[in-house]
Amino acid sequence: MIPRLQVTDLSIHAVGPLNLVVEPGECVGLSGPSGSGKSLFLRAVADLEPHGGTVQLDGTEQALLPAPHWRRQVGLLPAESAWWFDTVGAHFSTPVTEGLQHLALDSRILTWPVARLSSGERQRLALLRLLENQPPLLLLDEPTANLDEENTRRVETLMVDYRTRTGAGIVWVGHSKAQLQRMADRIYSMAGGGFNAVTVVS
Amino acid sequence: MLKVVFAASHPLWMAGMAAVMLLAAAREAMARQKRRFAGWWGFGLGTGAMFVSSFTITTFALLAVIRVSPWYTAQYAIPLLGMMLGNTMTGVSLGLDRLTEAAWERRTVIEGRLMLGQTSVDAIADIRRASARSAMTPTINAMVAAGLVSLPGMMTGQILAGNPPMEAVKYQILVMFIISAGAGFGALIAVWVGARRLFDDRHRLRLDRLDNPA
Repeated sequence: MIPRLQVTDLSIHAVGPLNLVVEPGECVGLSGPSGSGKSLFLRAVADLEPHGGTVQLDGTEQALLPAPHWRRQVGLLPAESAWWFDTVGAHFSTPVTEGLQHLALDSRILTWPVARLSSGERQRLALLRLLENQPPLLLLDEPTANLDEENTRRVETLMVDYRTRTGAGIVWVGHSKAQLQRMADRIYSMAGGGFNAVTVVS
Repeated sequence: MLKVVFAASHPLWMAGMAAVMLLAAAREAMARQKRRFAGWWGFGLGTGAMFVSSFTITTFALLAVIRVSPWYTAQYAIPLLGMMLGNTMTGVSLGLDRLTEAAWERRTVIEGRLMLGQTSVDAIADIRRASARSAMTPTINAMVAAGLVSLPGMMTGQILAGNPPMEAVKYQILVMFIISAGAGFGALIAVWVGARRLFDDRHRLRLDRLDNPA
């Protein structure tokens, strides 16, 4: 079977070489202290950072796809989301009513100015915006960092649904060991410029 | 030095004088930018934009509008080029300063757009337009107020020199249009090329291509 994501000898500045395989429908957890290169790794996979080594999505080499096309397939949710239009709704191109319901957000939120959003609302809306592209691979950088427990569970359920429905692969960066154990099939800890300990979760 | 150049009116002397003026203007334009492109790009981008716009438009004005013979006659070419460079310098430095500063401040927005699959051209479009607008503002202001504010002032020199006011105003209006065209053209080139230079061929925002402000 062709892996969803195959990273071979990836190096970014002093980080790496990194090797990682994510199968379709698999969720790989990534933890480690701040500054260990987790976000940098996600950025390199999304081709936002110059890097060495090869990255393949479903067997296709990163350099062979135009960068915008690659990034629509490799959906990166950054730790802090960016908004550029005045209202929330202008950032969405499809109706997202179902997603809003799923994350317990009122559909009127789309008419709000962006400045009115709380950090937790921003984080959930950014995830919905990312899912509009239906990416077969998701790179989530602490996707529940700003959420209370209840909303964290909602995001987790949404991700499990998305993964089983579409067969998407997920790389989940997070600090909560309990959460990674709930979500991930395998957990790597990142330190000293490489992936170290491997925990296989049943 | 000007006296020698004016007396000789030789193309080589003219070229030398024009080069000195261009380099001086480019240096000034570079000094007005907080975050400039690193290495040769910092100097080359402004110089290139000013060279292309000022020299083509000055040559065009000399050949097609003023029609002096030979077209490089120093008495016409040097003052025209000087006014062109002076104004283009303002436009280029304002445009590039705004572009690089805004790209730095709004990098998360630019990258946020890239992450969702936008091209680099789309991701920086707002910033590019705003930079072009602020580069053109001094020129547009000058044009708007031209009739009542700038033209009488500029004509005075010519009237004092003994030219009839109608002749003087015609010449000044011409100069003003040429200057506006040159400044606008130069600023647009600089902002457009600069916006391209902020990204690499993989549509990655490359702020590492900018120097840190001193």
